[in-house]
Amino acid sequence: MESENTPARRSLWGLAVIAVLVYALFPVIWIISLSLKTPTSIGDGSFLPTHWTLSNYSAVFNTDFFPPALRNSIGIALITTILALCFASAAAYAITRLDFPGKTLILAGALAVTMFPAISIVGGLYNVWRNVGLFDTWPGLILPYLTFSLPLCIYILSAFFREIPWDLEKAAQMDGATPLQAFRRVILPLAMPGVFTAGILAFIAAWNDFLYANVLTTSNAARTAPVAMAYFTGASQFQQPAGAIAAGAVVVTVPILIMVLIFQRRIVSGLTAGAVKG
Amino acid sequence: MSEIVLDNVVKRYPDGFEAVKNLNLSIGDGEFMILVGPSGCGKSTALNMIAGLEDISAGELRIAGKVVNKVAPRDRDIAMVFQSYALYPHMTVRDNMGFALKLKKVPKAEIDRKVQEAADILDLTEHLARKPANLSGGQRQRVAMGRAIVRDPKAFLMDEPLSNLDAKLRVQMRAQVARIQRRFSTTTVYVTHDQTEAMTLGDRVAVMLSGVLQQVGSPMELYNNPANLFVAGFIGSPGMNFMPATLTNGSVRLPIADVALPQEVRDRLGRQPDGRSVIAGIRPEDFEDATKIDSESRARGATFNAKLDLVEAMGAEFYAHFGIKGGEMVQSDELQELRDDAGGAGELTDSGETVLVARLSPESRARSGDEAEIWLDASKIHFFDEQSGDALTFSR
Repeated sequence: MESENTPARRSLWGLAVIAVLVYALFPVIWIISLSLKTPTSIGDGSFLPTHWTLSNYSAVFNTDFFPPALRNSIGIALITTILALCFASAAAYAITRLDFPGKTLILAGALAVTMFPAISIVGGLYNVWRNVGLFDTWPGLILPYLTFSLPLCIYILSAFFREIPWDLEKAAQMDGATPLQAFRRVILPLAMPGVFTAGILAFIAAWNDFLYANVLTTSNAARTAPVAMAYFTGASQFQQPAGAIAAGAVVVTVPILIMVLIFQRRIVSGLTAGAVKG
Repeated sequence: MSEIVLDNVVKRYPDGFEAVKNLNLSIGDGEFMILVGPSGCGKSTALNMIAGLEDISAGELRIAGKVVNKVAPRDRDIAMVFQSYALYPHMTVRDNMGFALKLKKVPKAEIDRKVQEAADILDLTEHLARKPANLSGGQRQRVAMGRAIVRDPKAFLMDEPLSNLDAKLRVQMRAQVARIQRRFSTTTVYVTHDQTEAMTLGDRVAVMLSGVLQQVGSPMELYNNPANLFVAGFIGSPGMNFMPATLTNGSVRLPIADVALPQEVRDRLGRQPDGRSVIAGIRPEDFEDATKIDSESRARGATFNAKLDLVEAMGAEFYAHFGIKGGEMVQSDELQELRDDAGGAGELTDSGETVLVARLSPESRARSGDEAEIWLDASKIHFFDEQSGDALTFSR
């Protein structure tokens, strides 16, 4: 088509992109700006800091609770993601490939689990966790996180598995692969975009959770970063800790940013092109 | 020695449908066996059972003398070429072909050597580092073949491997498949719905219909001596012409002519009740332009006049289409199957007559619209029972 790349069209696209970028990034830049302001100039209302400082960041890392919380967050979110992917890929594979009674029931059940509002169960969970000794531990957070990341991953992965031609698996079987080998060396590599998509979503969900982390933890043993941010105080009780909170928010965003940047190249579809006739 | 024996093999689905019914077939060591039939006849199911991709409901499957009903596909040591090729898209051509050997933990150097060897045979050497997505259809097909060859398996199974290629490439690849099979003389089971492939490739051809094996034999046996109406109509292109006929003492009344039957045909028919209604089948090539026939041949046939609707000049031969009156006959299931396979109802002219096709020699001067005298070879007429479709002229 001739009209597809006219200058007018391109500039319109450019404008649209800029509008979206401003809308999406303005709050982020505002937070970054806040985190770089000195405590006295924090309420001055100017978009760019008038007095630049990195003291907020050093303050954040000099507390005795934020670095452990960051460690907890990374550990808990990573373990949740890995467990969710392992179980979900096995479950999704079975759901797409096997015909067994109660298949739709399992899918519907998985969906139903995610429909419980977290706030309605977190109170009960608090008491149960205290009694079974999971309160304020990593597993105590990983378990509830799995309940919402597993269904999500199962849904995403089964959609991807369904796209992979069954003939490939038969070919692998004929080539002498055990079911596990066929899964690991043929099916999984082809479903990688799905695995990464599901993984990132599971990671973000676990990373961003505040409710469970706030109720089910009490100390540095398992408290995660989003909760820890609420514990920042100013230099005196009359001072707003806004600068420190902003710095904490920026720090908390960085791991997710890195995750997405690493994996976004992997999230390309069309990897199965050329498998079967074309 | 790796013969494949199917002994009363049945495939029954949970809903009670029998895709394959009591299939008995033994495929000799190094033999090229073709399973052919219209879609849904159970040929692919039979192949998948040999491969181990489908369970066998009843009966016994033996490969090289060993019962393998319960043996997993990976332990049967047979290679399969899929209709869709089923190449691993994330692997290069080299890795695709070497995958099976790698799983078997064959040393790297030997894998490389075998892959190289197969690539030389298949003319894939310069594509070894490419991914399947960057290959043409024909190249992908060759990679799929290569994946089977490198393993040096007990048997090749091929499931319509050429049906995704265009017509010209298909003919080329057909020749290549035949050459490769001859070169390795590996037992091969080849499934197709294309009777041309069946005729040209196979040592023997097994014709199936609705899960039942109709006839097994060399291509020429099936062609000259079909066991029933379905095999007669399925093998050969254009297909055999069918018309109602009445047997009388030593001759037959066809809608086109009364024909005296030669002694050999009478012998094969045996004693028949006078006036028995049957279905007669005549292949297009057993007709000829009467003016091109010498008097000696003329004597063993009959001539009749026909108005030619259409004459298709193919260069080396002419196909003349002409209508006959009274060509309607008892509807047999097998005729219906043949029509379905040909894609619809039997061919009829504008005035509702049944169409016959005759193959004429290129010297014939007959043109569309002409009235021509056509000769038919009475010694080549096939007769079938009206109800069962069994060939009355079939000789075991």
